[in-house]
Amino acid sequence: MTEAVVVDYGAGNLVSIEQALVAAGASVRRVVTAAGIGEPDLLVVPGVGAAQPAMDRLREGGFVDPIRAWVAADRPFLGICLGLQLLYEGSDEDGATTLGILPGRTIRLEGAPTLPHIGWNQVERRYGHPVFEGVAPDADFYFVHSYVGAPAGPGADGVILAETEHGTRFVSAVARGRLLGVQFHPERSGANGLRLVANLVRLAGAA
Amino acid sequence: MLRRRVIPCLDVANGRVVKGTNFVDLVDEGDPPELAERYAREGADELVYLDISAAPEGRGTLLDIVERTARRAFVPLTVGGGVRSVDDMRDVLRAGADKVSLNTRAVADPDLVTRCAARFGSQAVVVAIDARRVPDGTPGLPSGFEVVVKGGREPVGLDAVAWAVRCVELGAGELLVTSIDRDGTKSGFDTVLLRAISSLVPVPVIASGGAAGPDDFVTAIREGGADAVLAASIFHRSEYTIAQVKAVMAAAGLPVRTLDQEASA
Repeated sequence: MTEAVVVDYGAGNLVSIEQALVAAGASVRRVVTAAGIGEPDLLVVPGVGAAQPAMDRLREGGFVDPIRAWVAADRPFLGICLGLQLLYEGSDEDGATTLGILPGRTIRLEGAPTLPHIGWNQVERRYGHPVFEGVAPDADFYFVHSYVGAPAGPGADGVILAETEHGTRFVSAVARGRLLGVQFHPERSGANGLRLVANLVRLAGAA
Repeated sequence: MLRRRVIPCLDVANGRVVKGTNFVDLVDEGDPPELAERYAREGADELVYLDISAAPEGRGTLLDIVERTARRAFVPLTVGGGVRSVDDMRDVLRAGADKVSLNTRAVADPDLVTRCAARFGSQAVVVAIDARRVPDGTPGLPSGFEVVVKGGREPVGLDAVAWAVRCVELGAGELLVTSIDRDGTKSGFDTVLLRAISSLVPVPVIASGGAAGPDDFVTAIREGGADAVLAASIFHRSEYTIAQVKAVMAAAGLPVRTLDQEASA
């Protein structure tokens, strides 16, 4: 059975992502310190909210270096919403310095007709990725955010997996090796989201 | 393109879905998670639980049903009613809700909106505004709409449109705007109220109060500028399905999420 570890750093609802992973056939553990991570098949960093308090709590839990090492070793990783934004170098939301795993910064979603961007929107993939297998090209996923990671600098273009339109086009999914980051919430995106999580669990288990 | 949302609202008391008139003569309409899952399967874009439990012991029961809902309905869940503190909000989110809705408490303690947004982000904080029309020229109420609290029973002398703008400044990420005049009357949404608010705030506005049929959803969005539409009785009484409402919205040219592009999980 594929084992997933969900990083609990106090950033909101964890029940939904855990249940989506369970529905996908994974066993799930929730960890509050890095010492508890162990050797799972998949590491998940969920979360909503602001960057600086989230970074503070990641540091308190000792998660910063273990997450960097995990991704550097190309082990299966899923970052959702804030859990994706924290992978960039910094955030314009509150000036926080973040993990610096992906090139670029988290910026405000300028030009949006409504903000926060809340609701279902299309995720337009640039190329076929196995995590979207069985998901229609025009499928909707659920978003709830005002800020978004903007890849920039060397290697930036290569990480972009999908884009979404809300007054402006922004990057809604990134992939690099076995790292997957999504700005939308697969755990709140009905059957499409469950399919994506199931694909990810299957790929992580086979890794 | 961002879809216009259709959101069924479930009134919950002591762990059961109930429906009554002005919160009296409550009729038991079933188990919340069961109904929630059914609505999610039928295409609800989000779900709202409004806790109208009179007794404080209803709280533990509410957290239990939120958790049971998060286990089976994989769409966003907002919980309103009874959140009085940042700790209350934390408990509701940890049980599996994505947002809380503040109403009477936000009026009594506006700083609560700011504290909740600072802790969990604006996107998790909905302020519910219940409003009623007042005669033109009423002093202190230039928009012609007044905020009422406690389930619509108590006017508070606050201009509803000014309050909406203030809520966003305080940190609300979304506004749920209910016309108390229209609520339960099946006479359509108050598009004047909706437009007055949606034209002034950047955040999404959810229209509530007065839905009689699918055409009203279109009007709330077209004329009211609403981003989403909430309704209770027309869904609970099976007068219309969510799919029927969305079909009318799509025919009117509004972007909606349909289930024909759903993956088989």
